[in-house]
Amino acid sequence: MKIIQLIKKLTLIDFIKGFIVTLKAFFRRKVTVQYPEVKTPLSPRFRGKLALMRYDNGEERCIACKLCSAVCPAQAITIESEERTDGSRRTVKFDIDAFKCIYCGFCEEACPVDSIVETNIFEYHMTENQQRIQTKEMLLATGDQYRDQTIENKKKDSRYR
Amino acid sequence: MKELLTSFLSFLDPQWINLIWSLFQIAIVTVCLILTVVFLVYFERKVIGYMHSRVGPNRVGPKGTLQSIADTIKLLLKEVIIPDKADRFFFLLSPLLLLIPALAAWAVVPFSPEFIIADINAGLLYLLALTSFGVYGVILAGWASNSKYAFLGSMRAAAQMVAYEIAMGFALVGVLMAGGSLKLGEIVAAQSGGVLSWFWIPLFPLFIVYFISGIAETNRHPFDLAEGEAEIVAGFHVEYSGIGFAIFFLAEYINMALISVLTSILFLGGWESFFAGISFLETSGFSFLTEPSLFWLLLKTLFFLFVFIWLRASFPRYRYDQLMSLGWKVLIPITILWIGVECVMYVMQIGPWSV
Repeated sequence: MKIIQLIKKLTLIDFIKGFIVTLKAFFRRKVTVQYPEVKTPLSPRFRGKLALMRYDNGEERCIACKLCSAVCPAQAITIESEERTDGSRRTVKFDIDAFKCIYCGFCEEACPVDSIVETNIFEYHMTENQQRIQTKEMLLATGDQYRDQTIENKKKDSRYR
Repeated sequence: MKELLTSFLSFLDPQWINLIWSLFQIAIVTVCLILTVVFLVYFERKVIGYMHSRVGPNRVGPKGTLQSIADTIKLLLKEVIIPDKADRFFFLLSPLLLLIPALAAWAVVPFSPEFIIADINAGLLYLLALTSFGVYGVILAGWASNSKYAFLGSMRAAAQMVAYEIAMGFALVGVLMAGGSLKLGEIVAAQSGGVLSWFWIPLFPLFIVYFISGIAETNRHPFDLAEGEAEIVAGFHVEYSGIGFAIFFLAEYINMALISVLTSILFLGGWESFFAGISFLETSGFSFLTEPSLFWLLLKTLFFLFVFIWLRASFPRYRYDQLMSLGWKVLIPITILWIGVECVMYVMQIGPWSV
């Protein structure tokens, strides 16, 4: 047994085995994705940047029920509401702290009117500290901007829900 | 080339022409070495990337080829920080103490039968002296930084280099006996005549020992305990930033290239062709394949550089006691044993050399 060990050591057989492993990897197909140019496919279920949606007539969907704010595990959502002249309840303030948000998607699940949704936008940034508070206007603008794409993704995902 | 210089500067004394010629050769070798390092950094990152199934750097320039130039510019522009309690003089001196021997050792390396800066008689001895001098730079860098991590790193480097110096020296004794000369050019000349007459066959254990101790000498993986990121951050150069760090880097890669080129010269026949001595090729139209040239030397060197990087991609770092026991208990006994075997072979006239 000892002699076998000695021969193993002296012939560097384990080293050669290790070399072969890495040499095989050297010629293997590379798996790197050249990110900004090439992107990996995203699931329609992907949970990205939050947005507020509108009805087709342009009226905002949110009815200020505060379910999203209640369910939010990170307590990222702050809502204040008022009664409009037509008697409907609407938000005056709908802030999401983007640094607190953990993109769990509970708000989307909780929303009774499908107002708050998660788009599949994940490449975004902010340049000022205050911008981490996503105001109602910003959220509605995001919703308007990615409306078609988001609706399509929700439709694709709907059959699994 | 030299004739051109002589005719051009015929109004000068021959001594002055010799001096200018030497300076010219030195400039060529230095610039080529720095370009080699630039290439080597890129090559290393690319090869290691490929061995990790990645693609390596590919952003700067076509296929990332300008990556190391971008890195160099970044390092040059960075602030040089000298720690408050550091010994200023030695702190600034030690990168040079590492770089200068690394460059100076190339003076005796024969690139081809004609191109050698200084064809001195004791070439091999000069090489041994200068490669062991490099450890001063490492020790002083660690000591002058006045940092515990750097000091530990340099202590490790000192012990390691002392241990592997001996194995390296003994391996060279074997080459010396076989080559019959301290001149590197003559050692290569003694190996002429095809792959089978190169020293790597009769001196195979010494060849392996020399390369392993060369890796240890350059503080490369898997013997880079002097750097040991996990335990001692970056070892002896932890306090260096900007150009100081760049010089350590440069010296490390130059030493790597030196060990590779020396292994090819001492054991793989230097500029001798792989196909030399095959009469079939010599008589047919492929005689250019059998002629000795710089190309073969560069090819062999590149192979050893690849092995350096290959090792780095393949194996984890040695533990310190393993490193020491490998150096003292394995490599040195093997070299001594094989020198004994070689003596017998020499007396019995077995082998490629003649008395």
